[in-house]
Amino acid sequence: MKLKIVIKVIIFAIIAGFSLQACGKNKLSITVAGSTAFQPFAEKLAGLYMAEKPNTHITIQGGGSAVGIQSVLSGAANIGMADLVQLPPEAKDLNSYIVARDGIVMIVNPKNSVKNLEVSQIRDIYNGKIKNWKELGGNDHKINVVSREAGSGTRSSYEAIIQNITLVKEAIIQDSNGTVRETVANDANAIGYISHGIINDKIKALTINGVSCTTEEIVNKKYMLVRPIFLLTKGAPQDRVKAFIDYVLSKNGQDIIKANGLIPAI
Amino acid sequence: MKIFGENSIKNLLIVIAFSALTALFLILAFILLEGLPFIFNIGIKNFLLSSDWQPMAGKYGIFAMIVGSLWVTLGAIIVGVPLGLAGAIFLAEFLPRWMMRIIKPAIELLAGIPSVVYGFIGVMVLAPLIRDYIGGPGLSIMAASIILGIMILPTILSISIDSIKAVPQSYREGAFSLGATHWQTIHMATLPAAKSGIIAGIILGLGRAIGETMAVIMVAGNAVILPGSPLDSVRTLTANIALEMGYATGMHRQALFATGVVLLLIIMVLNYAATISIRNMNRKV
Repeated sequence: MKLKIVIKVIIFAIIAGFSLQACGKNKLSITVAGSTAFQPFAEKLAGLYMAEKPNTHITIQGGGSAVGIQSVLSGAANIGMADLVQLPPEAKDLNSYIVARDGIVMIVNPKNSVKNLEVSQIRDIYNGKIKNWKELGGNDHKINVVSREAGSGTRSSYEAIIQNITLVKEAIIQDSNGTVRETVANDANAIGYISHGIINDKIKALTINGVSCTTEEIVNKKYMLVRPIFLLTKGAPQDRVKAFIDYVLSKNGQDIIKANGLIPAI
Repeated sequence: MKIFGENSIKNLLIVIAFSALTALFLILAFILLEGLPFIFNIGIKNFLLSSDWQPMAGKYGIFAMIVGSLWVTLGAIIVGVPLGLAGAIFLAEFLPRWMMRIIKPAIELLAGIPSVVYGFIGVMVLAPLIRDYIGGPGLSIMAASIILGIMILPTILSISIDSIKAVPQSYREGAFSLGATHWQTIHMATLPAAKSGIIAGIILGLGRAIGETMAVIMVAGNAVILPGSPLDSVRTLTANIALEMGYATGMHRQALFATGVVLLLIIMVLNYAATISIRNMNRKV
């Protein structure tokens, strides 16, 4: 008697499991994972794309650029997102598409009187050679350097563009664009760098070599702290994956990227 | 019609009980398997005694973080223990019973506040205060110690209160009858009798302080340096794992597991020391 019931329950569970799986298979699913900087844009694009093609289901996951590359390599995701200036060696066999560009902005507290920095000055600040705002024409205060954790896409892009940075050991490390912004907003002597998309009026964006970070200057290639955002696939993208990447690269998709604060790829 | 007999329930419970144990061993085995080869690969000395942490350049020294963890925990003890002990004595010995009934649940509620909230208060209120009035970057050992000290307060308080309350009334009566004042009774009769419970409370608090991650990431500043003063910012072992986990691949990932091994060892040593000290204490009393 007991055994019968147990067997019935097991059979029921198996049938339920299969039918659930079958439901999932009716839809074409795409998994996209990686860069947290591009994640909100990918979500927006995926939402609009799914509204157009209801039989496609797109899942967007964050995790960071390294996770994006890893999950495409392992097959856990169909598309990886990465926001690095140079893709790491393990990503060289992947197909990459630049879908957008993102400026990185040097920020200070609004109380700080410094308005512009040369690239060499930025390098010296982050290497610990310039330690006082006085040396840059500001007040006589120690510079509190704020950076990101090792492995962050923003940090590696930033260091790759500025070049020759061995981060000063006293640097405060924050783990997201948002917390860097809050730290600088709270500290009159801090300097940090964040994605162009999340600037607000609690912090002041600096010009670099006299050029400010605007869409125009980035398109004209005058502003130098710019990183590409890649979509990565393993092998040439096939039908549904290709359709989604084409959609992101289409004029429609690029307009959405532009309207939400990033710089379009083309 | 009985679906489950006495025996099958018993077996089921045994399986459940062992599954918890299995989980513990799996975690242990996984961390050790991922972390230990890395430690031997890079050399124990290079790993434990160097404070050069540049994963991108292949330098994995965690000495600064071990020191950071110990400093922050010590700071939390300095802030939390006197407050907790004094509070427990006052609440258990001087406060009328009806007031206890209001205050004790309130203290337990304090333990339920999520650590992000503590961290947020630390970043928004405490760090700017330290920066403006004492100096340094604000996000520092001092900020982390104060926040952690408050976070471990409920643990120390509630366990200490329970153990002070558990001291038999006859001890106090005996002391009073010998002519001791209220305070003399407390520190010469009640506290020594409640000592093991109080120490257990402090050690549980210690465990929470050294394992706390979120609040510490937010207020400690996370710089990889050997701190020279309480106003410097530090990175703890837990913060190191949590900060870089999302990105780490290959060697870097193994290095974080190895950091976990060190953390695990520190906590095991602490727990063992605690057990032994409590056992010795009980023998003396």
